[in-house]
Amino acid sequence: MSEAAPRTDVPAIEVRNLHKSFGDNEVLKGIDFHVDQGEVVCVIGPSGSGKSTLLRCVNRLEEPTSGTIMVEGVDITDDEMDLDKVRTRIGMVFQQFNLFPHLNVTRNLTLAQIRAKKRKKADAEEIAARNLAKVGLEDKATAFPTQLSGGQQQRVAIARALSMDPDMMLFDEPTSALDPELVGDVLDVMKQLAKDGMTMMVVTHEMGFAREVGDRVVFMDGGVVVEQGKPEDVLGNPQHERTKEFLSKVL
Amino acid sequence: MAPPLKRSTRRRLTRGALYVLFILAVAVVVWLADWEAIRSNFFDLDVAVEAFPEILTVAAKNTVLYTAIAFVGGLLLGLILALMKLSPILPYRWAATAYIELFRGLPALLVIFGFAFAVPIAFGWRPPGGSAGAGLIALIIVSSAYIAETIRAGIEAVPPGQVEAARSLGMRPSWTMISVVLPQAFRIVTPPLTNELVILIKDTSLLFIAGMALGDRELTTFARDMVSSSANATPLVLAALLYLIITLPLTQLVAKLEKHNKRGR
Repeated sequence: MSEAAPRTDVPAIEVRNLHKSFGDNEVLKGIDFHVDQGEVVCVIGPSGSGKSTLLRCVNRLEEPTSGTIMVEGVDITDDEMDLDKVRTRIGMVFQQFNLFPHLNVTRNLTLAQIRAKKRKKADAEEIAARNLAKVGLEDKATAFPTQLSGGQQQRVAIARALSMDPDMMLFDEPTSALDPELVGDVLDVMKQLAKDGMTMMVVTHEMGFAREVGDRVVFMDGGVVVEQGKPEDVLGNPQHERTKEFLSKVL
Repeated sequence: MAPPLKRSTRRRLTRGALYVLFILAVAVVVWLADWEAIRSNFFDLDVAVEAFPEILTVAAKNTVLYTAIAFVGGLLLGLILALMKLSPILPYRWAATAYIELFRGLPALLVIFGFAFAVPIAFGWRPPGGSAGAGLIALIIVSSAYIAETIRAGIEAVPPGQVEAARSLGMRPSWTMISVVLPQAFRIVTPPLTNELVILIKDTSLLFIAGMALGDRELTTFARDMVSSSANATPLVLAALLYLIITLPLTQLVAKLEKHNKRGR
């Protein structure tokens, strides 16, 4: 196993000529994409455009068909590399939260710290408490996931990812499964994270969030990156026909 | 022609007819039964007294002990088989499938017979613990085949997002299985596993075929031996009652456990 150390002089995420097929269905058709360190990149596009698949390739939950994916300068498609170690540096938040239903909130936050980062239980619990406070749920430490609202569950999921002290966070449509009135709390937590300088890749349908928080917006359609740039340019003055068409439907 | 009956009246009449039918059936059975023969053959107090205390201190104790050993063994072996069946390595999957299909397809009685008599002849190897040990190995092997399928179904019922969440946090496949998948899988399969346990309690009665030493006898073997020596079937009725005393609280306990576990779903 090579133990390549994370580097700070390269992009946090750099994807080159990425292809991904499910059977005969080519979902990603040669993607070039990067996220700089400390940057917040929002990926938008119609469903089926491949934006979630791209995000899931970044920590190899999906196996790329071809292409390279560098995370902090480490090629994660290299079989000699310790994928589990790299994953502890990439936090991920899912559309469906995916909290562990058999464990209470604190144990959801400490499990991977203890099992993957080999932290002592007491240290892990201290870090868990700090991150729970960060998402405003310090009073839910002993609750079980089923006792929480969707918005609370998603904030716990964010706290769980943060407890690994990741260098970057991936968000896969984090508010799409939430009731409309619960979306705001989750977006507020994400805004605070961005303000604190976290590197973030956010697949989202929340155009308001992309405009306000994103440093860059990437529009994908049909498995390719169609257009990208500053939020006010892509969202306010799109250059491509497909971008205009998509935005006219969602805005 | 009479006016049509109201629907509620019709329903009441139907129900009344069903009750009458039931009572008639019970009456016929009671009338046909030879009560004196039943009392002297199945409820002979002198024979019943004779059965104590060994029916508790030896027979019932052994039934519980054998069930516990076979269930724990079956769970461990079944878990290994389930993991083999889900393994990405093809020969493991083949081996597990062959094992499961073989031992689910054979009568437990034959497998017990095989381990007690055929294996010692074929391999010159006697399982430890005499006939009881041989029978227990057979019970573990048979129950593990059923339990393996149950556990596999439980593992497959855990949503894939659970594995993705654990792996995305950097947890290795083994820890993901142990701390995330298996606890949820076992909660899902608690009811069918209880079923396996209750079946196993009753399957210990098949051990008689192995020919048990006196102190090793479980409820059924003990009762059968007593039936031959006393020429009376009362010990079988006692054994039946004791089986119920063992199984009924168990199913109640698991129903309670299930309720408790719902919290963590």
